[in-house]
Amino acid sequence: MQENSSVGLVAPKIAHFTQPLTLKSGEVLPAYDLVYETYGTLNADKSNAVLICHALSGNHHVAGKYSENDKYPGWWDNLVGPGRPLDTNRFFVIGVNNLGGCHGSSGPSSINPATGKPWGAAFPVITVEDWVASQARLADQLGIEQLAAVIGGSLGGMQALQWTISYPERIRHALVIASAPNLTAQNMAFNEVARQAIMTDPEFYDGHYYEHDTVPRRGLRIARMLGHITYLSDDAMGAKFGRKLRDGEIKYGFGVEFEMESYLRYQGDKFAGEFDANTYLRMTRALDYFDPALTHGGDLSAALAKAKAEFLVVSFTSDWRFSPARSREIVKSLLDNELAVSYAEVTAAHGHDAFLMPDPHYHDILRTYLQRIDTGSAP
Amino acid sequence: MNSAHNLDNLTEFRQDYAIIANWLKFGCKALDLGCGDGELLRFLQSSMEVRGYGVEKDDSNWLTCMQNGVNVIQMDLEDGLSGFEAQSFDVVILSQTLQAMHNTERIVQEMLRVGREAIVTFPNFGYWRNRFQLIGGRMPVSKDIPYQWYDTPNVHLCTITDFDKFCESHNIRVKERLVLTYGERINFMPNLLGSLAMYRLENK
Repeated sequence: MQENSSVGLVAPKIAHFTQPLTLKSGEVLPAYDLVYETYGTLNADKSNAVLICHALSGNHHVAGKYSENDKYPGWWDNLVGPGRPLDTNRFFVIGVNNLGGCHGSSGPSSINPATGKPWGAAFPVITVEDWVASQARLADQLGIEQLAAVIGGSLGGMQALQWTISYPERIRHALVIASAPNLTAQNMAFNEVARQAIMTDPEFYDGHYYEHDTVPRRGLRIARMLGHITYLSDDAMGAKFGRKLRDGEIKYGFGVEFEMESYLRYQGDKFAGEFDANTYLRMTRALDYFDPALTHGGDLSAALAKAKAEFLVVSFTSDWRFSPARSREIVKSLLDNELAVSYAEVTAAHGHDAFLMPDPHYHDILRTYLQRIDTGSAP
Repeated sequence: MNSAHNLDNLTEFRQDYAIIANWLKFGCKALDLGCGDGELLRFLQSSMEVRGYGVEKDDSNWLTCMQNGVNVIQMDLEDGLSGFEAQSFDVVILSQTLQAMHNTERIVQEMLRVGREAIVTFPNFGYWRNRFQLIGGRMPVSKDIPYQWYDTPNVHLCTITDFDKFCESHNIRVKERLVLTYGERINFMPNLLGSLAMYRLENK
């Protein structure tokens, strides 16, 4: 049988950066930290590094566990490991928590060295371009001149795409999964409702809730509930919950009666207990602002003219938040530039969430593409 | 294992592959519609350094294409080629897929919109062995048309004469036509004696 196992126990590392980073907004981050994890071994010519970019609520903990007692492994554990599609016997895999995050990299909840207090609302608004620039500096620090691949789903896919524009010489393959060249008005509208839920929570205090020793839980909770609805398809929700009643009877009240409500509340509560509201605002803004075609008169093909990487673009039939049509726009622009591109449209019921599921065909797609990548010398 | 069998298939396939290769310019940009397992593109990439993309709908074929080292775009040809810019390919190939298309007129027009030239190959329904089976009262089943009438992807089988008329009435110029039977070129009574028709087309 083919080897297929987890990377096992892992530990995060922290990279410090003292060279100021000028952000797209014009603001300057004088210094910052990035927390990251690595799996597998960097080979002698440093040609087997793969960067995984996370989406809205992800982080650097992509695979493995911190201790044997951990209930859950990293968020994309089914992808990464010896014998898994992203095979750590061949690749050196990097997971990083993006700037503005809340899992160890510099962000609103970390201490602003200038004031000795949490940044809070003062932490700048970060864009996908800024993330990619900071990730490139992390690659510098690891001595990696060129990445074998950058992989990401959703907002992570936008980063993979941006890598090919920002650093065409530093990326050989981009895997852009369940993503889009920009958000539609409807997609941005969901983000705005989520932000409004957070910002109108009385415990938000204009983003300075840390000083008040509280968090805007209600807002975060609603934001997450809304998100979850849009990440699933109607069919998937129907199959999972349908109209099932939790206690088997209608109670003519407003408590949790349907299974679906129970699920949403559980997800909302869980998220509100572990995620930072200021980070959530910034992640959704990074999504909204991503639009590489904007500076090229709306012409995505022109925006990608400098790209040199080879591409795998993947979408899922039931994903209505990042629909296949949006992925096909990316493919069209890559074709216009005569770049090497393959595109798979996976028949899946799970909606946007499908990109995290271990669907066998989807994993075969990733596995087969990744096997094509030349990694030079063995690790 | 089974190498004799594979070799047989290879020599047989290569005749129409070789003809297609012969019709292409070295290093040209090609789009192969309904590219199946990607063998044709792989052959064209290695023999002619063709810069190619395949279009394939089927999941398992898609994976085989990927394993064969070809770029493959998953989409349904029946939806047209709107994902491809006009005149962006030197050649667009439709190899033994025409007969399975519902929207025949549209796909041929789309091929000539996207490509400066189109190559179309299809099994000739007018081949005498097919006619013979019909005279015998049965729908033809052969190596080129290996399906029972009730279980076939083929919806638009045609003869060489039919396709010639189609080109004429659709303002399509036939640059070249070649007819094969078991890999041999057929010049005499091709619509009766030829099993595979190969066309190079361009807009008039």
